Amino acid sequence: MSLLSVRDLTVKFAMRDQTVTALDQISFDLGKGERLGIVGESGAGKSITGFALMNLLSRPGFIDSGSINFEGREIAGLSDKEMRPIRGNRMAMIFQDPMVTLNPVLTIGQQMVETLQAHRKLSKADAEQISIMKLREVYIPSPEDRLGQYPHELSGGMRQRIVIAMALLLEPELIIADEPTTALDVTIQADIMELLLELCTSNMVGLILITHDLGVVSQMTERTLVMYAGRIIEAGKTREIINDPQHPYTQGLINALPQQTLPGQRLKQIPGNMPGLTAIPDGCPFAPRCQYAIDNCRRTRPETVSYANVEVACHEVNRLHNTVLEDQSA
Amino acid sequence: MLAYLVKRLFQAIAVMLAISFIGFAIQDNLGDPLRELVGQSVSEETRQQLRDELGLNDSFLTQYVRFLGNAVQGDLGTSYFFKEPALDVIMKKLPATLELVLGATLIIVGLSVPLGVYTAIKPNSIPSKIIMGASIVGISIPVFLTAILMIYVFSVELHWLPSYGRGDVVHVFGYWDTNFANVDGWAHILLPSIALASIMLPLFVRLIRAEMMEVLQSEYVKYAKAKGIHPGRIYFVHALKNTLLPVITVGGVQIGTMVAYTILTETVFQWPGMGFMFLEAVNRVDTPLIVAYLIVVGFIFVVTNTIVDLIYGLVNPTVNLARMGA
Amino acid sequence: MSTVATNPEPSRFERIWNSNMAYSFRRNPVAVVSLAIFLAIAIMSLLAPVIAPFDPYDPAQIDIMNSEYPPVWVDGSEPEFILGTDDQGRDLWSTILYGTRLSLLIGLCAVGLQAFLGISIGLIAGYIGGRLDSLLMRLADIQLSFSTLMVAIIFLAVTQAMFGSETFNQYAVFFLIAVIGVAEWPQYARTVRATVLAEKKKEYVDSARVLGFGPLRIMVRHILPNSLSPIFVISTVQVANAIISEASLSFLGLGMPPSQPSLGSLISSGFDYIFSGSWWITAIPGVVLVVLVLVINLLGDWMRDVLNPKLYKG
Repeated sequence: MSLLSVRDLTVKFAMRDQTVTALDQISFDLGKGERLGIVGESGAGKSITGFALMNLLSRPGFIDSGSINFEGREIAGLSDKEMRPIRGNRMAMIFQDPMVTLNPVLTIGQQMVETLQAHRKLSKADAEQISIMKLREVYIPSPEDRLGQYPHELSGGMRQRIVIAMALLLEPELIIADEPTTALDVTIQADIMELLLELCTSNMVGLILITHDLGVVSQMTERTLVMYAGRIIEAGKTREIINDPQHPYTQGLINALPQQTLPGQRLKQIPGNMPGLTAIPDGCPFAPRCQYAIDNCRRTRPETVSYANVEVACHEVNRLHNTVLEDQSA
Repeated sequence: MLAYLVKRLFQAIAVMLAISFIGFAIQDNLGDPLRELVGQSVSEETRQQLRDELGLNDSFLTQYVRFLGNAVQGDLGTSYFFKEPALDVIMKKLPATLELVLGATLIIVGLSVPLGVYTAIKPNSIPSKIIMGASIVGISIPVFLTAILMIYVFSVELHWLPSYGRGDVVHVFGYWDTNFANVDGWAHILLPSIALASIMLPLFVRLIRAEMMEVLQSEYVKYAKAKGIHPGRIYFVHALKNTLLPVITVGGVQIGTMVAYTILTETVFQWPGMGFMFLEAVNRVDTPLIVAYLIVVGFIFVVTNTIVDLIYGLVNPTVNLARMGA
Repeated sequence: MSTVATNPEPSRFERIWNSNMAYSFRRNPVAVVSLAIFLAIAIMSLLAPVIAPFDPYDPAQIDIMNSEYPPVWVDGSEPEFILGTDDQGRDLWSTILYGTRLSLLIGLCAVGLQAFLGISIGLIAGYIGGRLDSLLMRLADIQLSFSTLMVAIIFLAVTQAMFGSETFNQYAVFFLIAVIGVAEWPQYARTVRATVLAEKKKEYVDSARVLGFGPLRIMVRHILPNSLSPIFVISTVQVANAIISEASLSFLGLGMPPSQPSLGSLISSGFDYIFSGSWWITAIPGVVLVVLVLVINLLGDWMRDVLNPKLYKG
């Protein structure tokens, strides 16, 4: 049985005079200890997915319909009070910017101890011992001294390590990491990712990695979801998606990677912008930017189909695939 | 830390110098000390002689330095009306004013935090709407009107509480008589304290609410929720501490403002404090007393502001006092 | 507001004004009612010489024998005086109309002065920067740490003692405007400076500079329009505060004299009679004062909600 099973999850935002759909019937599964990447441009609904799983959507967002089954339990409709024993305990989250994630007026020790004490009956001394142990696991030098320090006394990389240590404090089954390195220095991004990968594999923790970087996804995850305008447009094994992307959007993302560009060439960006949530077209949301789009794409919304080992939401995937094959044989 | 202290102290001294200069300029231009001393029936010759003796013919600067020297030693001149040292007159009135400020501060601190926090946590509840509505009415009523209204309701109509004076005070030490020692004292200080608090309380409720709501939107509060922390702890440990930091700074300034409002409250309630005394001094053109009041009040402002800055630095871990001194 | 309408280039503020502001106003009954009451009070007091049945400044129309008549709905009233008379026998309704006019005039002019000083200083400090900036902002800090009311009380007390009450009373309006106007400039200066610093970095200011526009033109034509929404919000609150300050000062006898009363001095003179039962001399001007300040504050609150620049970050 899978650890997490999401079915037809729909999230809406109640705006001043209309309700917009931010997540449109997304479904996916995650096995125990499995690592899943969610990629897409900003505004595609990646972060909203993460917060929806934690039931932490802030107003005016709300879960409209669908189910989230976690460890065999339906959690989509739970109240804050019912969610509390799950949050931080069974399911932990790593936020984007460690500079604003930690409370500036509480020490690292206070923030770690409170997390442990929120879920277990522990003395302060015991909780501190566990905290020191976890800080050591994330390679924080002299962890005993860190407990008395305030966040502003530590570097960004150090803080994100501490946030990772906090996520691991209660040995959760699932960690949701929302762009955990975007706010950090480029030089330490790889270190943090490596650390996260190492800890997840060694502790058999499931990981949902939210990122816009396909390169990171390819190194970190076993399976990948590609999101566009609040929908999953392609899903499958990371290897398959990277090597043989089916959706024109995914292809565009991969072509835009700097590694795919020869020196001296311009980056191959996908032309146009993702539609805003208030103006999602009727048919395929990608149609306005898609070079293969035909009338049907603009009229009807594509169903998800299995094709070449992945799940893809594209009307023209068949024709497209053949064209690519023809090109190659020609 | 020490460097910061020294820097802050220097600034305080500079401001006090500026205030003393203004004080002196007022003294120099307002009223004729000679006439107050000897009256008008003295010959021009004796007058000149007296002027020389009193140093009134010295240069402006010399006179200012002398004034400053005396002021540092606690000599702010002699009140024309009371015929005693101006500082003594003020010191006798100071406890009454400070007790009034204390009473108002207790009301403000005691009520503003719970009300502000409540309205921030439950912004759409009916009590919150009532509190916010009352607060905007509160800041729209001038202190003196609140005072008059309360006198009318509680003294004139209901006869529950006295309308003027300090009533039965109990001697503590020196010039200090307290209102907080018996029922009559409490009865007398209640209305003036509420009146004085009436304009600050809504301001603080609104300030705390606004800050708290902003903090509740912050990432670290969201993160604390994601860690499964109990909401009580999130509100009162995570959020409140961050909320109160800016409130401390504003609070410091407001203490000064409150001294100004004591003039209004004391006038309405004929409270024998230094604000009431100041207005009387103005009507009698008692220049030394006016100047002494200016300097004492300036001193209170400077001292509270300095203390508040220091407290802020000590409470806020992200402020590095050692670095600020550099 | 006319400056906005005549501004040829549509600024961010103007777009907000056209769309959200009007929309939110229509949907907010409190704002609509507040504006209606404010306009009613403003127009009535402006037209005081036309609609007031008596001229409270004309000693020939005042008869001390008419003093302390209650309002018409109370026993012992005189139908001639709708709201009764004050201690000197003046018609309260007329006196309130004239007094409100004075209170509003002083409040608006004082805020105008504040805005002028604060905006100029803020623009200069932000645009020039460096030592001048830190000096001006230090001054603003110190000024802010002293309560305006305190500064005003001391200034007016000394002025009154220096010039004698007769001269003082003659020029009281100007003294009040000056002291309330000067004491509150840092509010504006800080806000405007912050906007200038934010805008200075943006491209259009650079390009204006490259095009050879002088600093004054850049500041007035390019930077200032972007500071308008915070300035509006501050101004509303400041008008309310200035009216309260004026009333408080007049109540203490440091503002408008009883012969030419503002709402504050009227309340003050009525206070002496409250124990003898003549509540209306205090109560009616008090209600007018509170309503006036309240509607301005409510408008300010609504404006802050709508114009709050944070809401338009993107």
